[in-house]
Amino acid sequence: MDHECARLLPAVCAVLADPRQPVADDTCLEKLLDWFKTVTEAESSLLLLQENPCLLELLSHVPTLQDVSAGVLSFSLRLAGIFAAQEDCFQYLQVELLPGLFGAAGPLSRAVWAVPTVRSGWIQGLRSLAQHPSALHFLADHGAVDTVFSLQGDASLFVASAAGQLLVHILALSMGGRAEGHTCPQGDDWPTCAQKIVGHIEESLCSTDTSRVTQALNVLTTTFGRCQSPWTEVLWEQLSPLVARLLERDPVPAPHPLVDLLLCVARSPVLGSSDLGPWEMTAQALSRLGPTQAGPLALGVLKLHLCPQALRTQAFGVLLQPLACVLKATTQAPGLPGLLDGTSEDSVVADALLSSKSSCVGLLCRTLAHLEELQPLPQHPSPWPQVPLLRAVVTILRLCDGSAVPASSVGGCLCGTLAGCVRVQRAALDFLGTLSQGMGPQEQVTQVFAILLEYLERPDSSPMVLKKAFQATLRWLLSSARTPGCSGLGPHAVLFLPELFPVLQKRLCSPCWEVRDSALEFLTQLSRHWGGQADFRHVLLESEVPELTQQLLQDPESYVRASAVTAMGELSSRGLHATPTSPEQPEVQQSLLPEFLHILSADSEGFPRRAVMQVFTEWLRGGHADVARDTERFMATVLQVVSRDLDWEVRAQGLELALVFLGQTLGQPGPHCPYTVTLPKAAPPSPLTEVLGALCRVRLFEFAFRALFDCDRPVAQKSCDLLLFLRDKTAPYGSPWEAGGSPDSASVEAALQRWQAGEQGQPLGDLEPEAMLATLRSIDLEGLRGTLAQGSDHVEKSPQSLLRDMLATVGILQENQADCY
Amino acid sequence: MKIKKRFCHSYCLSGHPTLPCNVLKFKSTTIMLDCGLDMTSTLNFLPLPLVQRYVLMHPKTKQTELIDLSTVDVILISNYHCMMALPYITEHTGFSGTVYATEPTVQIGRLLMEELVNFIERVPKAQSASLWKNKDIQRLLPSPLKDAVEVSTWRRCYTMQEVNSALSKIQLVGYSQKIELFGAVQVTPLSSGYALGSSNWIIQSHYEKVSYVSGSSLLTTHPQPMDQASLKNSDVLVLTGLTQIPTANPDGMVGEFCSNLALTVRNGGNVLVPCYPSGVIYDLLECLYQYIDSAGLSSVPLYFISPVANSSLEFSQIFAEWLCHNKQSKVYLPEPPFPHAELIQTNKLKHYPSIHGDFSNDFRQPCVVFTGHPSLRFGDVVHFMELWGKSSLNTVIFTEPDFSYLEALAPYQPLAMKCIYCPIDTRLNFIQVSKLLKEVQPLHVVCPEQYTQPPPAQSHRTDLVIDCQPPATSYRRAEVLTLPFKRRYERIEIMPELADSLVPMEIKPGISLATVSAVLHTKDNKHVLQPPPRPAQPTSGKKRKRVSDDVPDCKVLKPLLSGSIPVEQFVQTLEKHGFSDIKVEDTAKGHIVLLQEAETLIQIEEDSTHIICDNDEMLRVRLRDLVLKFLQKF
Repeated sequence: MDHECARLLPAVCAVLADPRQPVADDTCLEKLLDWFKTVTEAESSLLLLQENPCLLELLSHVPTLQDVSAGVLSFSLRLAGIFAAQEDCFQYLQVELLPGLFGAAGPLSRAVWAVPTVRSGWIQGLRSLAQHPSALHFLADHGAVDTVFSLQGDASLFVASAAGQLLVHILALSMGGRAEGHTCPQGDDWPTCAQKIVGHIEESLCSTDTSRVTQALNVLTTTFGRCQSPWTEVLWEQLSPLVARLLERDPVPAPHPLVDLLLCVARSPVLGSSDLGPWEMTAQALSRLGPTQAGPLALGVLKLHLCPQALRTQAFGVLLQPLACVLKATTQAPGLPGLLDGTSEDSVVADALLSSKSSCVGLLCRTLAHLEELQPLPQHPSPWPQVPLLRAVVTILRLCDGSAVPASSVGGCLCGTLAGCVRVQRAALDFLGTLSQGMGPQEQVTQVFAILLEYLERPDSSPMVLKKAFQATLRWLLSSARTPGCSGLGPHAVLFLPELFPVLQKRLCSPCWEVRDSALEFLTQLSRHWGGQADFRHVLLESEVPELTQQLLQDPESYVRASAVTAMGELSSRGLHATPTSPEQPEVQQSLLPEFLHILSADSEGFPRRAVMQVFTEWLRGGHADVARDTERFMATVLQVVSRDLDWEVRAQGLELALVFLGQTLGQPGPHCPYTVTLPKAAPPSPLTEVLGALCRVRLFEFAFRALFDCDRPVAQKSCDLLLFLRDKTAPYGSPWEAGGSPDSASVEAALQRWQAGEQGQPLGDLEPEAMLATLRSIDLEGLRGTLAQGSDHVEKSPQSLLRDMLATVGILQENQADCY
Repeated sequence: MKIKKRFCHSYCLSGHPTLPCNVLKFKSTTIMLDCGLDMTSTLNFLPLPLVQRYVLMHPKTKQTELIDLSTVDVILISNYHCMMALPYITEHTGFSGTVYATEPTVQIGRLLMEELVNFIERVPKAQSASLWKNKDIQRLLPSPLKDAVEVSTWRRCYTMQEVNSALSKIQLVGYSQKIELFGAVQVTPLSSGYALGSSNWIIQSHYEKVSYVSGSSLLTTHPQPMDQASLKNSDVLVLTGLTQIPTANPDGMVGEFCSNLALTVRNGGNVLVPCYPSGVIYDLLECLYQYIDSAGLSSVPLYFISPVANSSLEFSQIFAEWLCHNKQSKVYLPEPPFPHAELIQTNKLKHYPSIHGDFSNDFRQPCVVFTGHPSLRFGDVVHFMELWGKSSLNTVIFTEPDFSYLEALAPYQPLAMKCIYCPIDTRLNFIQVSKLLKEVQPLHVVCPEQYTQPPPAQSHRTDLVIDCQPPATSYRRAEVLTLPFKRRYERIEIMPELADSLVPMEIKPGISLATVSAVLHTKDNKHVLQPPPRPAQPTSGKKRKRVSDDVPDCKVLKPLLSGSIPVEQFVQTLEKHGFSDIKVEDTAKGHIVLLQEAETLIQIEEDSTHIICDNDEMLRVRLRDLVLKFLQKF
């Protein structure tokens, strides 16, 4: 601890110990604890206490106060715990202080115990303290473990959870010394403290009170999750029969914690691979638990890397059951071959599906989400039942739009429940998109495209469902083009696109802005992937889509304008923004540049301006004709407009554009630069003077220097990186000019100082490259980068500042009190 | 006070659930609920063009054989669409009652009728034919005319004179206003949220409440929101006028309308919207007001052509108190509640009484035309269908759900113009109904049978039915339904001087009884107990009260008995009085005491005791006196 802090500490302790001076802000106590934790990690706690007697005074005084605030008491408990974590300090405090804080005579027996913060502080104090065997004796002597047992059922969830964690910690601590290096003793030989905890867990597992069972299961899950020592194997051996017995109860108590425990045991390297593995019990759980709880268990099992095949098959069957039920309810044909045998479970699933709308929707959404999560994993079940899954998803989507024909009363009921259900539609479309990775038979793919088109066309589709339908359509279109032996778009896409574009046209005219936005995003993606395909170009140019998209540049909604800018930028890059200017030159595009520049300078919202800057950057990278025609003029105009922009992201994007420009004129940035720039071709760098002349003409220096003192840190950082890159690139060429040598560079530096001081008004004017280069070299860019890398609150974060703040707050409070009188 | 059990009957005169016409007989009052005009039969006829051609116009009126319309006391109108048959009922049937409706309903209803009459009368008919209605001739006609049922009920369209006469019988009412009908029942209109001035009705007596819910909406459109709270505690809720397109969501349809309109106009095509001159058109114009600028269509003219276009647009702006809160608050700014005022000011929306005159001078294409009639059989829409039907650039967008668009288009085939069907029906759908019923919790729901089974075209959609407990009672056309509740009580007032003379006697803690002798006076369905006219005469009374004007006949009053007979003590008493060989049998309702020797039965039940003995009057009197010892008299 530094001298200044040591000087301030007594005053702070005095404030804390004085109930008349309440600490207004609890967060400063948290910060104080964090600081002490750092200090004790580096120094001896004992020494610290001896050098700062005020701390000991505080800790011994606070528990005796009658009207102490709960916050300060909790703080003291936690602080004492932090100090006592070191054994020598623990010994020092054990005699007088610790019993008064954590023993029966402490806060436990006082009214303030009713405040959850105090109980939480008590637990956290003990949690910090319990680091050495002496602590275990202390806990045993003061009956703390019994208190922790009772706190497991605390009304405050934070306290209850911390109590559970503390039990796990104590158990691990008491077992810790034993298991090292030699064979693990059987349960009877375990230390008393561990035996007591295990006894308590056993008792809880046998209890008829579900909350006690839940507590015990949670403690076990945390234990097996955290400790991988051999003793956990003995513990599991001892307790697994009790856990298995839970599965025999009807209904199974605490199903969620039980699933968590089983999965945790299965994942444990010690238990999962042993003979005592939880496989049998998991299999039993899969068949005993209801579909809502069995689903997550099945997913967990399927995600395991090592697991018996029979269990995997069973788990997959459980996961698929709701879909099998849907298929059965809508078609007479068997649903998923081999997975529909368990007719009894089937009826349980059907019951869950039919019991209420919320249960049906919940179960289906979860099932679809589980399968979506599973599909991309390398350990997903193989063979993957792509065909029946596709059929099930399409059926669900048809049930949702009311077009499925039910084959049974269950189907009729499902139809009524799911009709128009947005949640299920979203989940099903997401999963359908994921299934595009596997494709399927021709006929089925046609069905998929048909249902997607139906959803895109339906007037009733909600904007969110439409967005999902667009996303799924894109995925299917792209994967249909990837079919082996297929060149170009693929047969499905060729047939589908002419039907898709009229729908897209309609959606671009929708009065709902979310729909217009999703349609534009879809168009952008489609053009990005297929802009070069002749079939796609033909269908697109035949339609009114390009014209409608351009119209949307004037949309009243800024998000839509932004998406329209991106889409038009993409179309234009691909030569798809064809508005023939004359019949003789049908291919000549009308330039979008003036329109985009107008948006950049005049649009009142940030999103469209950011989108314009992204498009410009892409255009510059890609060598777009409008930009390449006169790149210098383009850069000069854009940088001039951007430097005045109020949105920092637009300014940052301006620096990105400048960096690409630099890359093209000076050669690509080296690996030290975080920005990757791809050039269309490696242009031989022009002679430096020429390049510097160009940079001056486009006023890049002025733009970058100004950004260096930007009030938004990301802009300044980016500018710093850009200037560093520029300085490195110009360094090898040597410089005849010394910093400060020319009168021009002096005026530049003067301007920079003014900018740094916050004056943004004056431009630099036309200056020679030499002056710029000299200035560049005179600035301490590395130093600046270091300063910028630090958080803006690095000064305020220091412990001195914290201590001063606490004192100042109290001072202010006192002044206010004086004013009152 | 219990008087007698009476039933409440409902007569259904319409088979069309959204154009209801029911008659409710309730407490000697005959109330007609709505009189919608089912005009779907007009689809059997050729369009009535502006160029004269020989045609017949026969809207269909409701079944009237079921009930004598002259006996109808009052007609309650729930919205302007449901009063289109009013002239058929109030004129030439001997109807002499009153019609109740809100002011906007009457004013806009008048506009709709005026437009209808104008459309029909615009094309004068040289002669009319009715011989074809003869069944032998009708069956020779081509389909669908030969299959049409009850063509004899098809009637000519009414005249403006009949309309005026019918409307003069209407008495205006305001929301929540309580109207007494002959002292027997009270009726109250409540906002139904569907259209300007649209109402649901509460029909109630002191002990019963019937709610009539017809054409209601929970969506936020221009009218005042629906008043749900007042529908609570109903014995019966009659539910009609739900959405005709339960699977279409109005918001989605409005989106579809706008998108298709924009696409057509952009391509240089014209858009035709066949519609009524009031209602959804206000919402569509409001929607377009916001949309056309964003879609870059501000230069496209919107034309609204109807003989009543001007009145409709102006009326909508003056009924501020009947509008939703947002629109009401605009009036105080002051601004017109509907933005179509601004569309008119900026010349974006123009309205004309017909296509003749100014319209032909101003007409500019591409454009959007709103005009009637939605059946496409008469009105200016016929002209536009013929003008624009040949070009695939043009689009007709159907927004009114009352007519099948395919049938409406049939006579115009082959048609090149695009047809878009986006019916906008803001009335309750089944999900909203089920929420409403959960909220309101009526004891019984009565509805048209169409609402108790899925639509024929979507028989698997079991969700498209009214789902409530107990299940709804359904009715069909021409059915008389006894409403599922019994009237059990009637309120009777006691004159203060009579009440003073009563001497109550406590028979159980908290329950006191008193006998009363009085004259029951009934007038205007109000019942009053007055002191008997001759107080000097011996008092008289009756066990049961009767609703009548008769002066009760004065018999000597036997005391009233109360209490129960404890069988064991009774048997002991009998033994004490010399009866032996007594046997007691338990029955379902009480006991039988058998005096075997005397061959006599004493049947003791909860509310009666019978002594059955063979012509031994002495014995009967003895036994009776023993029985009476156990009972209290007063």
